[in-house]
Amino acid sequence: MIITFLVSAIKFGMVLLFGSTGETLTEKSGHLNLGIPGVMCVGTAVGCAAEVIYFEACGGKLNMIYPLAVFIPVIATLLGGALMGLIYSFLTVTLHANQNVTGLAMTTFGVGISKYIIAVVDDYKFTAGAKFFRMSILPFSDALGDVGKLFFSYGILVYLSIIVAVLVSFILNRTKVGLHLRAVGENPATADAAGINVTKYRYIATCTGCAISSLGGLLYIMDYLNGNWEYVIDAIGWLCVALVIFTIWKPVFGIFCSILFGVFYVAAEYIPGISLSDKEIFKMLPYLVTIIVLIITSIRNKRENQPPASLGINYFREER
Amino acid sequence: MNTVALELKNISKRFGDKYANKNVDLTLERGEILAILGENGSGKTSMVNMIAGIYYPDEGEIFVDGKPVVITSPKDAFKYKIGMIHQHFKLVDVFSASQNIVLGIKEAGRYKLSEVEDKVYEISKKYGFHINPKKKVHEMSVSEKQTVEIMKVLYRGADILILDEPTAVLTPQEIEKLFAVLRRMREDGKSIIIITHKMHEVLSLSDRVAVMRKGEHVATVKTAETNEKELTEMMMGEKIDLNIERSEPVDPQDRLVVENICSKNAEGIPVLNNVSFTARSGEILGVAGIAGSGQRELLESIAGLYHIDSGEITYNDPATGKQENLRDKTPLQIADLGVRLSFVPEDRLGMGLVGNMDIIDNVMLRSYKKGKSFFLDRNSPHNLAMELIKDLNIITPNEYTPVRKLSGGNIQKVLVGREIAAAPSVFMAAYPVRGLVVNASYSIYNLLNKQKEMGVAVIFVGEDLDVLIELCDRIMVISSGEITGIVDARNTTKEEIGLLMTKARKGDNTDE
Amino acid sequence: MNNVEVTAKKKREPLFHITKRSAIDWKVSIGIRAVAILGALVFMTIVFLFLSDENPFVLYKSMFEGVFGNSMRTWILFSNTAILLGISLALTPAFKMKFWNCGGEGQVIIASLVSAMLMFFVGDSVSYPVLVVLMLVSSLAIGAIWALIPAIFKSKWNTNETLFTLMMNYIAIQCVTYFLKVFGNAQGNQEPMPQFALPKIFGDRYFLNILLIAVICILMFVYLRYSKHGYEISVVGESERTAKYVGINVSKVIIRTMIISGALCGLVGFLLVANGSCAITTTITGGRGFTAILVSWLAKFNPVYMVLTSFLVIFLQQGTSYMGDIYRLDTSMADIFIGVVLLFIIGCEFFINYKINFKKPSKENKEVAK
Repeated sequence: MIITFLVSAIKFGMVLLFGSTGETLTEKSGHLNLGIPGVMCVGTAVGCAAEVIYFEACGGKLNMIYPLAVFIPVIATLLGGALMGLIYSFLTVTLHANQNVTGLAMTTFGVGISKYIIAVVDDYKFTAGAKFFRMSILPFSDALGDVGKLFFSYGILVYLSIIVAVLVSFILNRTKVGLHLRAVGENPATADAAGINVTKYRYIATCTGCAISSLGGLLYIMDYLNGNWEYVIDAIGWLCVALVIFTIWKPVFGIFCSILFGVFYVAAEYIPGISLSDKEIFKMLPYLVTIIVLIITSIRNKRENQPPASLGINYFREER
Repeated sequence: MNTVALELKNISKRFGDKYANKNVDLTLERGEILAILGENGSGKTSMVNMIAGIYYPDEGEIFVDGKPVVITSPKDAFKYKIGMIHQHFKLVDVFSASQNIVLGIKEAGRYKLSEVEDKVYEISKKYGFHINPKKKVHEMSVSEKQTVEIMKVLYRGADILILDEPTAVLTPQEIEKLFAVLRRMREDGKSIIIITHKMHEVLSLSDRVAVMRKGEHVATVKTAETNEKELTEMMMGEKIDLNIERSEPVDPQDRLVVENICSKNAEGIPVLNNVSFTARSGEILGVAGIAGSGQRELLESIAGLYHIDSGEITYNDPATGKQENLRDKTPLQIADLGVRLSFVPEDRLGMGLVGNMDIIDNVMLRSYKKGKSFFLDRNSPHNLAMELIKDLNIITPNEYTPVRKLSGGNIQKVLVGREIAAAPSVFMAAYPVRGLVVNASYSIYNLLNKQKEMGVAVIFVGEDLDVLIELCDRIMVISSGEITGIVDARNTTKEEIGLLMTKARKGDNTDE
Repeated sequence: MNNVEVTAKKKREPLFHITKRSAIDWKVSIGIRAVAILGALVFMTIVFLFLSDENPFVLYKSMFEGVFGNSMRTWILFSNTAILLGISLALTPAFKMKFWNCGGEGQVIIASLVSAMLMFFVGDSVSYPVLVVLMLVSSLAIGAIWALIPAIFKSKWNTNETLFTLMMNYIAIQCVTYFLKVFGNAQGNQEPMPQFALPKIFGDRYFLNILLIAVICILMFVYLRYSKHGYEISVVGESERTAKYVGINVSKVIIRTMIISGALCGLVGFLLVANGSCAITTTITGGRGFTAILVSWLAKFNPVYMVLTSFLVIFLQQGTSYMGDIYRLDTSMADIFIGVVLLFIIGCEFFINYKINFKKPSKENKEVAK
């Protein structure tokens, strides 16, 4: 019971981890992308549509093979997310549009697009692909009992989310590219003066971030919901935005925070004797704790825990 | 072998319909220090910004080593071995010194901070400065930050260095150390452009001087063949009577008494340390000091905008003879006590005025609350705005123009005019002529003098010692939050004040 | 100078560079926006060409039919415009203060919930006028409280209000879900209680919304432009330091403004229930709390322009969904259409705020030739 609970919490947590890792990368470049819910919707819908196309190309689920059935939707999701990131970056970087407003418009637009895509494709067809996402990739998970279940029983995307979080963390803190990116988010004028192409970094970080975030939606639909589409990805997107704050912009720390969020989110399902209505109270918890974290970090006001200094501010070199 | 390192030909740059630079020609020789002299707003900074790739010229060409080059970004500038040290440091303050130094450099191989640190050490030994590569920028002093800036440029192997007013924020000792470093660079064959408006620095350091005026290049002369007077004349254009009128104070009374005020900033460093002084009616009290010595905090604590830990601020009301304690009162409470305190802050558009509002709305900032009505009364502010425009010669299309669209001098006139219109008994002004052209500065001096003659206690924070000495009655010198002396302006010298400005800086290890 | 250098130079010379405009003629700025909307329409026309066999112009015609086809549709259009305008007006004082109140959605929903709960629990035990007053007052109060909570933390510790208000939205939605799970019918819905609805004016529901919001629109315009409160809001929004310098109590202004903002959202929430569905659903706002942010921003926070921007959005929404019904396009087409138009308008702001200066090639060549 407790193991199933934790497995479910971890799985949901990793959905959020993708989202928050991507958004952290975006925010480190100085973009507060409130369009992330829309971006995740589009990315996921494109990924699901790609699964359907693959399904049809194979002529049925019996012919679908393992790496491709996962690989194709993942690539499609990444592209879908990146494309949305590109639109956002074009508006905010090239056209200097207000980030909050652009983000919210992207959310309206993205949710619409995803609804359209899902209405067009046959959604039963990606339940066929779901099993490939849920397939444990590690052979020894059954042999190890509960431990195996807790650590080694997941589909590939769950592990990928952790790898991506660690990788993003490594890039941000240990490489020149990360140093440059953080400089762009902290002080774009300085980065510019140092010869760093602010525009390029913001574009790339945002597109990459959006692509990564989108994988969260794919993981949610294909793995967590077993291929059944549900219109909640935008709500999950807002949770990811919350999680970025909760993790104080540190993706590795995010691994633990996201599991905690997962625990909050799924806890209600596993508490014995809880009524259907009380579950809804539990689903409030992630939002409540984020508010509490938001309040606590703002009260403590430590330099290291602050958002990137130029978050939400566009950069125009000749501003006077 | 070409001896000219850099040449500008016919460079122009506009912002909106205003020329920042017009048809500028300039040459920089190899291995020389070229000083660029000019008033604020004469186009020095915008010109060097074009060399450094921050701005792109509207017209004209730039040559490096005799070859025409196109510099569209700082990156391009680095390519031609041009490096600029900006007046406002361009550092990321959560990064360490070496992280800042290595920022933006494309080097082959792995990114290893320890190697960067070694190279930084090597360069600092060569030119003789001290730097801790591991220190975070937000923990550094101003002088340390500047060292990081210079190191950034040298690390990239720059041959042409541009320094934009590097001495404005330094103590004399720090300036001497900087100059020593610059001279060693010149010996090393580097070409240096230094912007400054301090004459003695120009004369003691540079090989040649280029004088800028109103965006144009007036002339370049050899430093050895010129003198202070000639340079001043070139800088100012026609000869201007530098004498500022000064009347004798009439019946000075103690108006504002400040006793032992102390204040610490968030890091626990004292910003004001036992500050005591008296401002008298009918007198201009000048405040001199290196920028950032506590001038702003001092004025703001009197105005009720800055918290002080201890000490007293007492106001003697000339009408009632009553004494009022101003400590720990908000600006509103101070006004409610009947204390007529006017304050022209240093940051005009960030604090004194609202840039996006028109002149009328700015004029009523201080007085809009008057009356019980729920609605605003814009009639009397409108009249006042018209009066100010007329009396102070504010150049504006009309009274509905947002103030940010006015020139610096006219913005300042709106602000000073509003503060004077409140009929103050204490008038405080922080750097009221900063960024203003000569004529605008003089009209501000006249306004201050008029206030003084009307029996107002004027406190004037300035940066130009010549002006302070000619305008004020007494000059109070502040250094690191401490008052190091109050001198009679009629019987003092720049040297005396300069000495006081750098005295008793206990906190700093200046010989490091 | 040899040829290689000339071409190299030409290549590196930027074709144009961008400067900030100091002022723009209002005719030009309207023209730019018109071009943007036209651009969005052209873009959507191309999309329609791919998605539908119909002639796009027939589709556009059906959009107009959807909103002006009969008087009923037109009334719905105006009534919905009024609701969206109402929320936009509510958010505007907060935005003018640079307080990013993204919580309009939650503030409306929670007020709707309270209205619906009062109908449900006390509707039968008190007289009708008492019920209406009770609903109105509690809706205003709960909306204000929902906005007040983030405002207090913002004013005290500068807690990020964008994220705080966003989270409050989801808490409000969860409250509704909880209520419906406990007291709803088997399908998880609340049975509408039309017996408690507000009286119809001139035989119609819509008129009250339109009238009420029109009054609020005028009041808000006057409040922001001519009242001392409105002036303080502008000063705080433009520069908090200036506000402190002139002795404005910034915390007080933030809290006061957010109470007004939240209470107005509460009023809209009340209208949605008492003069609309007579029951609560989680989707009662239909995302209008977010759309209102865009409406307010596009109108440059000016209540008069807001009438136009909210009309534009509702026009597109209603028109496209009608068109979708007739020509069997998906309902999501409305969201996409609005999204595209909004993105085009947001993008066109660039051409209003900045000027692109092209290099004059002829002159450049001459210089190079020398």
